[in-house]
Amino acid sequence: MATETREQFLHQDGRPGGSDLRDSFFTSRYEDALAWARKFAFFQYPFVTACCGMEYMSVTGPRFDTDRFGMTLPRFTPRQADLLLVVGTITHRQAPILRRVWEQMSDPKWVMSFGNCTNTGGPYNNYAVVQGIDSIVPVDIYIPGCPPRPEAVIDGLLKLQERIRRERSDRPVENIHGKQPALDFQAGEAGRLAPGQVKIHDV
Amino acid sequence: MVEESAQPSAPEDPLLQRLRDKFGEAVVSTHSYRGDRTAIIDRGSLVATCEWLRDDPQNQFDMLMDVTAVDYLGRRPRFEVVYHLYSIEKNHRARIKVALEEDDVKVASVVSVWSGANWLEREAWDLYGIQFDGHPELKRIYLYEEFEGHPLRKDYPKEKRQPLIGPGAPEGAADGGESSS
Ligand code: SF4
Repeated sequence: MATETREQFLHQDGRPGGSDLRDSFFTSRYEDALAWARKFAFFQYPFVTACCGMEYMSVTGPRFDTDRFGMTLPRFTPRQADLLLVVGTITHRQAPILRRVWEQMSDPKWVMSFGNCTNTGGPYNNYAVVQGIDSIVPVDIYIPGCPPRPEAVIDGLLKLQERIRRERSDRPVENIHGKQPALDFQAGEAGRLAPGQVKIHDV
Repeated sequence: MVEESAQPSAPEDPLLQRLRDKFGEAVVSTHSYRGDRTAIIDRGSLVATCEWLRDDPQNQFDMLMDVTAVDYLGRRPRFEVVYHLYSIEKNHRARIKVALEEDDVKVASVVSVWSGANWLEREAWDLYGIQFDGHPELKRIYLYEEFEGHPLRKDYPKEKRQPLIGPGAPEGAADGGESSS
């Protein structure tokens, strides 16, 4: 039964809240509604440095189409982005730049580690390559693969969405709460996960 | 280098033969196999040799493809600097090598011969620590200025890491500009 006219919203005496009002809204908790909105509206920042970028193009293109899951337009400024995709090998020389990009993003923000190089250094265990970007920025989801299949990326994206749906006080809902755990992250806590963070193979 | 000169019966490559005729003693040894020719040159004659290779109408090596180095750890001389030459005009190639002792890793820059040598020599300096005398701006090209040592040398510790930020980084190192974000 749809509510179509203004009169249907009103009681007989003109007060709001007519008998059909219950059909026109649903009840939820504030945090639930917020999380629901967030998880379907990623503004991604692709930090692409190496061959995984080819797979990134594939997964965001029309064939695999992450737009279906809300990972839409890439923003090429971190200040407009909330999902940092780190795609490709990160060298020690590149590390301060990545760190700075992450710092420029405003809360709430998430980091996806895309491919083995960003997870662990991948095939490169040498003087040049950071052995896992989680020593520089806090990672929310790790996608394995060299490069990952698009299905793996989509799987990781869905798991990240599931995690955002469950996000509560371990991350502030709004900055006005005065708590910014992501900003309190200390570079060097390699491999340490914040409460509620899950690695992809734990889910 | 012994194996490279031990080719007594093979007919000498014409280009290498002319190189020998021209520079005599400065050509330490030569080697060629199916047009893949290599000459080891005395360090002092490198620039003169390169100019001749570039300018002689029969050579016309107008392109320096690469400058790299090899670290023969434990051998003397320890280092070899390798120049790969190509002639666009003649479509032929040559390889020049200069051997360097460990305690004097210096060779003349060939930037004056091929200006493309600029970045290539910086790379060899960065990764092997070869010093090119006369290079206009010999500084690191791939690695950062804070990096110590030359990582492609065979005695560079395999496990050694020199991060700029994060675990193992020096105290107060650049953190990407946390305060200015
Ligand atoms: S994980 Fe593999 S494909 Fe991806 S950047 Fe590293 S080497 Fe390239």
